[in-house]
Amino acid sequence: MRFDSYETGGFYDELFLADGTPRPEFRSLVDRIESLPLGDLLARQQAAERNLMHMGITFNVYGEDTGTERIFPFDLVPRLVAAEDWDRIERGLQQRIRALNLFCDDIYHERKIVKDGIVPAEIIESAEGLRRECVGQNPPQGVWCHVTGTDIVRDGDGQVYVLEDNLRVPSGVSYVLQNRAMMKRTFPRVFRGLGVRPVVDYPGRLLAMLEDVAPRSAAGLEVVVLTPGPYNSAYFEHSFLAQQMGVELVEGRDLVVEDDTVFMRTTTGLERVHVIYRRIDDDFLDPEVFRPDSMLGVPGLMRAYRRGRVTLVNAPGTGVADDKVIYAYVPQIVRYYLGEDMIVPNVPTYMCWDAKQRQHVLENIDKLVVKPANESGGYGLLIGPHATEAEREEFRRRIRDDCRNYIAQPTLSLSRVPTLIEDHFEGRHVDLRPFILYGREIYVLPGGLTRVALREGSLVVNSSQGGGSKDTWVLAGPGQGAAPGRDPS
Amino acid sequence: MLSRVADAIYWMCRYVERAENVARFVDVNEHLMLDLPPGLPTQWSPLVKITGDSAEFSTRYRAADQEEVEWFLTFDSENPNSILSSLRAARENARSIREIISSAVWREINELYLYVEHHAARRSSPQHDFLQHVIRASHGIEGASYATLSHGAPWHFGRIGRLLERADKTTRVIDMRYFVLRPSLNDVGSPAEDLHWTAVLQSVSALEMYRQRHGTVRLDSVAEFLILDAYFPRSVRNCLRRANNSLHSISKAPLGTYGNEAERRLGRLVADLDYTAIGEVIVAGLHEFLDDTQVKLNSVGDALQDTFFSPRQHRHSGGTAGFANV
Repeated sequence: MRFDSYETGGFYDELFLADGTPRPEFRSLVDRIESLPLGDLLARQQAAERNLMHMGITFNVYGEDTGTERIFPFDLVPRLVAAEDWDRIERGLQQRIRALNLFCDDIYHERKIVKDGIVPAEIIESAEGLRRECVGQNPPQGVWCHVTGTDIVRDGDGQVYVLEDNLRVPSGVSYVLQNRAMMKRTFPRVFRGLGVRPVVDYPGRLLAMLEDVAPRSAAGLEVVVLTPGPYNSAYFEHSFLAQQMGVELVEGRDLVVEDDTVFMRTTTGLERVHVIYRRIDDDFLDPEVFRPDSMLGVPGLMRAYRRGRVTLVNAPGTGVADDKVIYAYVPQIVRYYLGEDMIVPNVPTYMCWDAKQRQHVLENIDKLVVKPANESGGYGLLIGPHATEAEREEFRRRIRDDCRNYIAQPTLSLSRVPTLIEDHFEGRHVDLRPFILYGREIYVLPGGLTRVALREGSLVVNSSQGGGSKDTWVLAGPGQGAAPGRDPS
Repeated sequence: MLSRVADAIYWMCRYVERAENVARFVDVNEHLMLDLPPGLPTQWSPLVKITGDSAEFSTRYRAADQEEVEWFLTFDSENPNSILSSLRAARENARSIREIISSAVWREINELYLYVEHHAARRSSPQHDFLQHVIRASHGIEGASYATLSHGAPWHFGRIGRLLERADKTTRVIDMRYFVLRPSLNDVGSPAEDLHWTAVLQSVSALEMYRQRHGTVRLDSVAEFLILDAYFPRSVRNCLRRANNSLHSISKAPLGTYGNEAERRLGRLVADLDYTAIGEVIVAGLHEFLDDTQVKLNSVGDALQDTFFSPRQHRHSGGTAGFANV
């Protein structure tokens, strides 16, 4: 199947140069795809999607009838990342997580960064993710942000930016692993010998991290994954990770706290739990402390946590560093704690609470993306250039009413990757969510979830809004392990 | 293992087995009706009676004809015991324990559900091929469980669920005779009677094994085979003996003793069957015996619930939105 009629359309294309020739380091992938007959590629695409349905690798769509299940659309053309590009991304993410973790620890202890006048106290105090119940907490190893799924994008000039820090309960890593497994099955010939770095060891590293941060006294260590249950949109991932790690998947009703100690209810009685990889938001964790109407959580869980009898991953309260206004301060945060400049920069961000910046946003809203400070999933944002005048006016009103909770950024020209649309390739915009684990050390999974906006021209990659995914192939540099070749099938 | 997981795997297997048995009933009845001598009325209402759903059926359906009964038992999503509803419940239970069951088991269940849902959406009447597919897929699920799950506590709970359901359904198919209108009072030994018992044996795939053991089809031999046979895997006694073995594998209590109420009730029922002669059953009344057995099976289910799935020493929290296992 040929790329002959493929157009980069003036965008930065991850696979092709502006003149339409493949980027030299990715030439062999293009050659291999071109050697496949058209019908073959389409048949493989359909087989891959059928397989997802049969394996029940689906997500639930909120707001539609219960039982509405969709597969997360999957595109067969992988997104490649060159070794030197990845090297910089990896160092940038390690730097960022180290700094944000120090920031969390500081915010819940002395708040030196506020006293030193770097971040205003009112921004911290008004952050929705701040949890006063966590003040003075000392999580094992000093780690708060154990699992992070940072969103990064590439702009039209080729520069890579961090778009969002997802420090609470980021999801998507199961798709990284499933996509890879499917690509290896579907395209052994294409995959073989390209030097793609493996991602298969993620569950093992996740388990090792969870064991690293267990309470000190833990003997006969019991790790569990806490899920809201089968109706949660990310339930597949919760169950998949528990299965791959070989640990129990529990719901709130399976756990009970007695004497400030967490137990699970088993057929042979109560059994102690030491580490909880919780996939439930802070608000729902413990009705005694947070939302009293939560049916998902465990009464007394925070008592056990505060006495150090159980480790919660991620630590409650990390949302304070995940606020989009705090995001604007990350360059200063990195400099303050580490004395370094950022390796992967932020997208320039206007904070609407500042009168001068707000004025700029209100006047230039047609060129900007406006985001609420505490939403995720692509909800509640305005893409100025694509919006109607009425929508822009509505956002101007919202910004004036609630300036603390809005930021604005220039509309980036997200890079594109060739994507199979019906029977030919078209460019579609992508982002990338790598996953970072922080236990004894900071580990960045070489790869990540490439989300692709399947609608023509769309910049919104979220699965709830017409997005799909691609496998992400990070190529090995000298001395880096790659996936072993497989026999062609 | 988690109590919730034990509960889910038990019901997952029970619901698959239930769907399989309903498919068997519908398929065999269709064949039986085709073999009836001309002039005899076709009978579909007994199917609704043996599954215990008469009340549910009569509130929403007028005629107990083939089309209505088939729809009710196969695709009616409001009937909690239809094939579609049973498989949906099986799949929801499976989904809640995906990390416990193997991918192979999950895939078999998911595919079977999607297959049945697809046919339900087309509103076609369930054909022989469809019903046979359901039966074969249920065997596939049982086989995948046997071959790919570790034979530890989760597997044993699943096996108990499957075998209790199978024992219950076997008692019901034998009891079908009680509900079928008879052409005349002196029909014992008549061709219609033979046809009926042959169909009953076929409905539980027992005709071939029965022939090897007893030869000609006779009421007392059929009842003996389906209730008391030690070796036939769908006989009530065989099912319950194996369920009892699984229960003791979980508790590690020696056979012949009991450590909890579920073991006591099931062990007693098995011991009764071990020492029952079919002549006593016929004299005392087959229908009454089967009815009594069903009540005892229910009490075993209740005891499993109290002993393992929601033990009393545990405090009950509110629980999340879930699905009722009935």
